Amino acid sequence: MRKPVIIGVGLTPVGEHWRLGLRDLAVEALLNAMEDAGVDKVDSLYVGNMASGSFVEQENLGALIADWAGLGNIPAVKVEAACASGGAAVQEGVKAVMSGLEDVVAVVGVEKMTDAWPSDATRYLAYAADAEWELFHGVSFVALNALAMRLYMKEYGYTEEDLALFAVNAHANGAKNPYAMFKKPITVETVIKSPYVADPIKLFDASPIADGAAAVIITTEDKAKEFVDKAKMVEVAGMGRAIDTINLANRKDFLILKAAKVAAERAYRMAGISANDIDFFEVHDAFTIMAALSLESIGVAERGKGAMLAKEGQIAIDGDYPIQTLGGLKARGHPVGATGVYQTVEAVWQLRGEAPNQVPDAEIGLTQNIGGTGSNITVTLLRRV
Amino acid sequence: MGRPMQVARYWRHFKEKYRLIGGKCKSCGHVHFPKRPLCPECGSQEIEEFQFSGRGKVVSWTIVRNPPSGYEYYKPYPVALIELEEGPVVLAQLTDIDPEKIDFGMEVEMVTRKIREFDEDGIILYGYKFRPPIK
Ligand SMILES: [Zn+2]
Repeated sequence: MRKPVIIGVGLTPVGEHWRLGLRDLAVEALLNAMEDAGVDKVDSLYVGNMASGSFVEQENLGALIADWAGLGNIPAVKVEAACASGGAAVQEGVKAVMSGLEDVVAVVGVEKMTDAWPSDATRYLAYAADAEWELFHGVSFVALNALAMRLYMKEYGYTEEDLALFAVNAHANGAKNPYAMFKKPITVETVIKSPYVADPIKLFDASPIADGAAAVIITTEDKAKEFVDKAKMVEVAGMGRAIDTINLANRKDFLILKAAKVAAERAYRMAGISANDIDFFEVHDAFTIMAALSLESIGVAERGKGAMLAKEGQIAIDGDYPIQTLGGLKARGHPVGATGVYQTVEAVWQLRGEAPNQVPDAEIGLTQNIGGTGSNITVTLLRRV
Repeated sequence: MGRPMQVARYWRHFKEKYRLIGGKCKSCGHVHFPKRPLCPECGSQEIEEFQFSGRGKVVSWTIVRNPPSGYEYYKPYPVALIELEEGPVVLAQLTDIDPEKIDFGMEVEMVTRKIREFDEDGIILYGYKFRPPIK
């Protein structure tokens, strides 16, 4: 099969974009990525988006965005996998290139969340849970993650302060990222003093509701030479994705992200590497508990030891396992369906040596994007060419 | 938001939500909730209805302080994972309880309560919640 290579990236800052609509954000990111790659046309477009129908009453995003970006009569579709929509869209784009069906593919992740009332946004996000057996009972997405956090703390003896370290690390890194929503460092005290949203999850344990779009251009290794120098090429070395029970209550084990474990194993096998070979990790820290569980599920930490990595300072840029190098969901912001593409853009920066918070000599990076309460997860491995 | 004809959507689940009826695999005996078309253990499609006792224990819980729209009425309210005595875990609200007193392993029993109302079409939804047992 053909080797897939990312040759261009583009994005908008994450934030509350009152003046910009969904299509404005998507087109801006997309055109930036095409300019970065030096391409003026693409064979197809994949749009990562979770809930545009709910948030802005707009579906059919393939047609909308390809039309407004002037891409012509190409095939274009929306890819939905809840908050993992962006990661899934990137993987669909990679598959199209690998298969030989398409040579130059654009992927854009976009979400416009702040046009909705906060309590409506909370409801739309809960649509990623099981509507009949979870949302029906008035549970929010935060609440589902809180059930796991309480259990994790009890099972392994961690405190709220321990988990807050993930937020502190994310904000420290986000402070260096001009595209991040929050550019201010915080302390453990900031997290602990913030109000409970769903106990034990506090406001600063959770990622913010936000708007944003990010895009990448994918082609084959041979074709890439027509557009960019080798220094700009980043190979998609491995990828995997998997689902788990959509209803948290139906899971046999509440403290392992089985879908992440399976997805990571698939990605490692495809790339021929192990977790030890990876230089940095963009994991899905929608909530601090998810950062801990993610590190365990992708094989970086043993069961129950994910939060230890934060306590030991190993998740910082100069640690053995740097995570959320540009702020993660927590500080960069989490425009849900766009997040997986933001992670990809940030990993490309690291591997090109262009990151504002550079991991020295980064060769291989991992992005892990979670949809639902761990019910739909993508893992993608990127490698310097 | 307009929600035409919601009645059938909820009526379909009366049995499960009013009486806590789930599924039991005729092939391997596995019980589950809610009832599925295939046994999650052995894949058999021979599933019969199974009446749960409604008794269980709290596995984990949270207090919903920022609920999804439509659920503001009871806020803040506790939601828990409850392990039924027959094995499966269900997610439900806890009721008739001081949130400070909720604890791991606490015994609870199922009761039928109002879940929410819709302003638009007047539907009132009922379903199971759990409370400390009345001795
Ligand atoms: Zn069975």
